[in-house]
Amino acid sequence: MISTTRLLGIAGLCAAVPFMGLADTSDKSIALSNNYAGNSWRQAMLESWQKVTAQAVEEGVVSAADAFTTAENQATEQAAQIQNMILQGYDAIVINSASPTALNGAVKEACDAGIVVVSFDGIVTEPCAWRIAVDFQEMGRQQVEYLASRLPEGGNLLEIRGLAGVFVDDEIHAGIAAGVQEHPDFKVAAAVNGDWAQDVAQKAVAGVLPSLPDIAGVVTQGGDGYGAAQAFAASGRDMPIIVMGNRHDEMEWWKQAHEENGYETVSLSIAPGVSTLAFWVAQQVLDGADVPKDLTVPFLKVTQEDLEEVLASTQAGGVANVEYTLDDAKAVISDAAQ
Amino acid sequence: MNRDQLRILLPVVSLAVLLGAVFWLQPRAMSYLGLNLLFNLAVPIALATIAQMLIIMVNDLDLSIGTFVSFVACVTATLVQTDPVLGYLVLAAGIAGYAAMGALIHLRNLPAIVVTLGMSFVWGGLAVLILPSPGGASPEWLRSLMTVKPPLVPMAIVASVVIAVAAHLLVRRSAFGVVLRGVGGNAASVERAGWSVLKAKAAAYALAGFFGTLSGMALVGLTTAADANIALRYTLLSIAGVILGGGEFTGGRVSPVGAVIGALTLALAGSFLSFMRLSPDWQIGAQGAILILVLAVRLLVSRGRGRRVAA
Repeated sequence: MISTTRLLGIAGLCAAVPFMGLADTSDKSIALSNNYAGNSWRQAMLESWQKVTAQAVEEGVVSAADAFTTAENQATEQAAQIQNMILQGYDAIVINSASPTALNGAVKEACDAGIVVVSFDGIVTEPCAWRIAVDFQEMGRQQVEYLASRLPEGGNLLEIRGLAGVFVDDEIHAGIAAGVQEHPDFKVAAAVNGDWAQDVAQKAVAGVLPSLPDIAGVVTQGGDGYGAAQAFAASGRDMPIIVMGNRHDEMEWWKQAHEENGYETVSLSIAPGVSTLAFWVAQQVLDGADVPKDLTVPFLKVTQEDLEEVLASTQAGGVANVEYTLDDAKAVISDAAQ
Repeated sequence: MNRDQLRILLPVVSLAVLLGAVFWLQPRAMSYLGLNLLFNLAVPIALATIAQMLIIMVNDLDLSIGTFVSFVACVTATLVQTDPVLGYLVLAAGIAGYAAMGALIHLRNLPAIVVTLGMSFVWGGLAVLILPSPGGASPEWLRSLMTVKPPLVPMAIVASVVIAVAAHLLVRRSAFGVVLRGVGGNAASVERAGWSVLKAKAAAYALAGFFGTLSGMALVGLTTAADANIALRYTLLSIAGVILGGGEFTGGRVSPVGAVIGALTLALAGSFLSFMRLSPDWQIGAQGAILILVLAVRLLVSRGRGRRVAA
């Protein structure tokens, strides 16, 4: 009797295992190939990876999840790094790539060796790899949408752009242009380049302000909202609604302004913890789940309600972060499948 | 053992030691596929190193080779693919540009470092013009050439041997090579013997441009696409490769076989450190340390010999 019960128990356990998505990948190893670690966003990205994967390894979800960063931010070096990972026998490689195309040869080698390749943030175009991309256009469009909800009668906008000639800058700008087209009451009165840096943005905004009409809202790209606020404060103009980008200094300023005069805005950017989303997606692919090749990273949006909470958990000089869970990954996958 | 044999001995030993260490750390590398994965990205580096060696051979230094290879990669991934005639014309114009650069440096007696540094911005700008955002595609024949699987010995090893032998015949076994090395050794006597130093320098630079072009094409064959910054590292890697391979900055004393081995050694050093799981913060330093170690051993060996000769 005892043995029968035990057998039934084991059978039950076995039946439960595939459902939980465990054990199937317990002997699999995943590597992170990262091209750059020199700013706070990438540092937070690596910390999140370390935190989430260490727990996953401990719980036996995967056998190893090692992070590698190339010494120099160069595509040829990262290609060599990926080829080394093939030799080291990893089952999946998660990539934040130095170039969308220059790693394709190495990625193809990995796919040919039967390795699952998942790219995120800096994605690769090789068709055999999975891509978790940021929809930067949507990021621009949502800013105008928020402003339209706050300012139904429209008004003049100031656009702060990023570093000229970089893909991300063009994409966010295109999204903002699309948003303005949807809400024709808004008019972009001027655009300046803030290079995603507070000091550059402050100088650029201060330089252009005297020639501008009343500004109702400022659309940004992240890393430039605090500088814009400083420039407006110094000019003695009314403070417009400045869309923030989840940086600590931006949220800190926002919180103070809210306490002083009830200032409200919204803040959105990509959480560095997206590396952990890529980890879970790779785990799901290894587990045999049917995952579409193109997935989209959800934005991390900070509203007035959760400002205090997010600010408290964000390091000074850092950017708001969130670590993703297996369930988050499954939600992203099923969204993309629809 | 003569001087040339000794010059080649140290690079060979360094490569063998490093290869042994890699095999010990990662036995999987000891296979056809493994060797190819270890060395295939070293093939374009070896070609760029030969290009750099040809410039160093005439007592100059080329700081533009990395951007030139990037430029060639961009042309190969776009024009050669869509409009082959125009594409090859542009590549030929690049080589002609190198020859003109060599002639200019000689005629105006300009420092090569300054001219090539300036040219690096020109090549970089042209690369961005041709391919503003990363992309393009490798010509089909190039991709199949770089991924060919010859029997027994992997492509990366075959290609390295072919490059080394071709450069060796050109530089050390041909009359032309003797004149070129003579320009580096003693330009005045080459001039007095009736050779045109101007033509020789232009030819050396044109050859360097030719090998740089091969390097860019090989790189695109491996990566399947290009971007304007793809090979920036090659400038320093190629200089290090020449020196590691037993070359010297002056006097036309270079070794083509050594240069190829130097390039392979540098590529292998990166893999070795990666297999060691060394933190990236230390990797650049460790790569430098390997380089200094090899050069220190070379200095000791050559000093020891000098003393013996004196005695």
